[in-house]
Amino acid sequence: MTFRRTVLKGFMAGALAVTLGCAAQAQEVVKVGLILPMTGPFASTGRQIEAAVKLFLAQSGATHGGKRLEVILKDDTGNADATRRIAQELVVNDKVAVLAGFGLTPLAMATAPIATQAKIPQIVMAAATASITEASPFIVRTSFTLPQASEPMADWAWSNGIKRVFTVVTDYGPGIDAETSFANKFKAAGGTVESVRVPLRNPDFAPFLQRVSEAKPDALFVFVPSGIGAQFMKQFVERGLDKAGVKLIGPGDVVDDDILNGMGDVAIGAITTHHYSAKHDSAANQAFVKAFEAANPGVRPNFMAVGGYDGMRLIAEALKATNGDASGEKLIAAMKGASWESPRGPITIDPATRDIIQNIYVRRTEKVGSDLFNIEFATIPQVKDPVKARK
Amino acid sequence: MSGTVLEQHVRQSLRRARRWHPAELAFWLLAAASFALFPTRFLILNEIAILALFALSLDLILGYAGIVSLGHAAFLGMGAYSAGLLAKYVTADPLAGLAFGMATSALLGLLTSPLVLRGTDLTRLMITLGVALILYEVANSLAWLTGGADGLQGITMAPIFGTFDFDIFGRTAYLYSLLVLFILFLIARRIVNSPFGLSLRGIRDNQLRAAASGVPVPWRLAAIYALSAAYAGAAGALLAQTTQFVSLDVFDFHRSADLMLVLIIGGAGYLYGGLIGAIAFKFLQDAIATFTPQYWMFWIGLFLVLFVLGGRELIHGAIKALVARFPERGASS
Repeated sequence: MTFRRTVLKGFMAGALAVTLGCAAQAQEVVKVGLILPMTGPFASTGRQIEAAVKLFLAQSGATHGGKRLEVILKDDTGNADATRRIAQELVVNDKVAVLAGFGLTPLAMATAPIATQAKIPQIVMAAATASITEASPFIVRTSFTLPQASEPMADWAWSNGIKRVFTVVTDYGPGIDAETSFANKFKAAGGTVESVRVPLRNPDFAPFLQRVSEAKPDALFVFVPSGIGAQFMKQFVERGLDKAGVKLIGPGDVVDDDILNGMGDVAIGAITTHHYSAKHDSAANQAFVKAFEAANPGVRPNFMAVGGYDGMRLIAEALKATNGDASGEKLIAAMKGASWESPRGPITIDPATRDIIQNIYVRRTEKVGSDLFNIEFATIPQVKDPVKARK
Repeated sequence: MSGTVLEQHVRQSLRRARRWHPAELAFWLLAAASFALFPTRFLILNEIAILALFALSLDLILGYAGIVSLGHAAFLGMGAYSAGLLAKYVTADPLAGLAFGMATSALLGLLTSPLVLRGTDLTRLMITLGVALILYEVANSLAWLTGGADGLQGITMAPIFGTFDFDIFGRTAYLYSLLVLFILFLIARRIVNSPFGLSLRGIRDNQLRAAASGVPVPWRLAAIYALSAAYAGAAGALLAQTTQFVSLDVFDFHRSADLMLVLIIGGAGYLYGGLIGAIAFKFLQDAIATFTPQYWMFWIGLFLVLFVLGGRELIHGAIKALVARFPERGASS
């Protein structure tokens, strides 16, 4: 689907230009194929990113570098072979210049060969396994990586008197990334770690949380994909872990802004390390949140939305830098090293890895008025993906 | 005396059924023409060909032997992972992968057939569903081999016969899938119009009576079940090879459920049902999902309810009327 508003705008602008007789040729269009899970268990990711992309186009207009950006939205239902087929169709039939979206790691990985083969930039706006950017030289990421968010957690936990940690992660790329990066760092500091992994589809946390409650660790480190956090919190309470004094820590996915309010007071006091909170204290963020909530009443932007927003901005900036040249190599070259003040804070696209460099914040979940928010209280500036940085 | 007359009669009717109806020729000519008619839609055509083969496989057991299944994805997944793993670790030759996928699925079909073939429809539904769920979890937990929830990455296929490379437009992929579908269809057509196929229909209509007239019911059912599994395995292998990727989704329940829908749309028991259903289902899904990416499931659901309530006879009636328009070739001879 094309964004009707964009089309309309472009159409009106085009009509205006023709009437005024100041433009002999029609404005050239650069198509962006946006592939997201709009239905199925990860639909919340798709909705957030779509809303943010729309917001960016509404705010900055569709014309960049003399070309009009046109977004074609497709639903892959969170299903990797659908993602791949849709990407292929977008490239072959719709002649898109950029592929974007990719809600989960398998979806991004399945599409990587298409990006390489067609020499088309693939902007990963959500999926967060560290190795994704290595799958193709045409992948650029505007979300985050799990090791980037998880390693600072190990430092914080150790320096705050936590000695024994039990990790519960979802059993797929990002979860394993989160578990290994946290465990390695924490063990190196001298702590002990026990680990279990929960299946990705239809997760039931109860038996795993039972093991946690028997082990009585100082803290429970948890990673679940965006949108699944509420389910986890519910079972966390049912097992009485909140009363047993087990501290909840982890990367910020579990206290996702989108669904945080629905979790109730159990989330209060959770310590997480992440790159974005809707309460991030900056003018850019306040403007972003305000505009997002005005366009989508009742929805709070989460880290997926900011990934989509910055992803779209990256495409626009790159197009500006190449003066409208939408060839894949030129766009990728322009994206490398791109840097600006995002709602999440200052960000840079690492020219060496095409991954994002950003601040990681340590946050505590607190009640502000009647709403729950993740309040940032410490900043680790300009964190690179540690996995690739070590190579 | 009457025995030989009956045999003559049966032989004649089988031979008549084996003869090609003009509508069938038209169907396959159209399928071949689609290659030239829709040069930009090879990817979805390829998916249709694979779904059609998968539906053909279910039709073999549902339409001809009366075995219901809610877990046919088990064989699709088996074929897909077998072909994918073979390509990744042993040989990238597509035909070897296809044969391997069919063989492993047939073996799985043979092994599970004793479970499936006893009991009534309801137990069959439960058992087939259970087998598919078990395989899903096995594939999920063997992450070191299958890649688990991240999918099986890094499959690269060699060109078919060493010359036809899989291209980004899906041209080779579609031609390959269509040819495999056609060849397997020919074999299926021959089988269902053989005495073996006739005995299956006998079993479907009255199992007790078939057994009483000397048909070895369990063996026949096991044979067709394994054959159907091999067909589903071929569909899985094609899927793995043409997308060069396998995810856990191949074992997912929705694959089996979609397949049932395809056969309901197309109609079971005349081989073309699966093919027609696959075309209708995929185009419908594609058209609605393009129109509204958020809410396409709602429209598909609504369409299916309306279709099953009233429209089914309409479409099937239209197909029959169309077929009847062609004069039966050699009907007078």
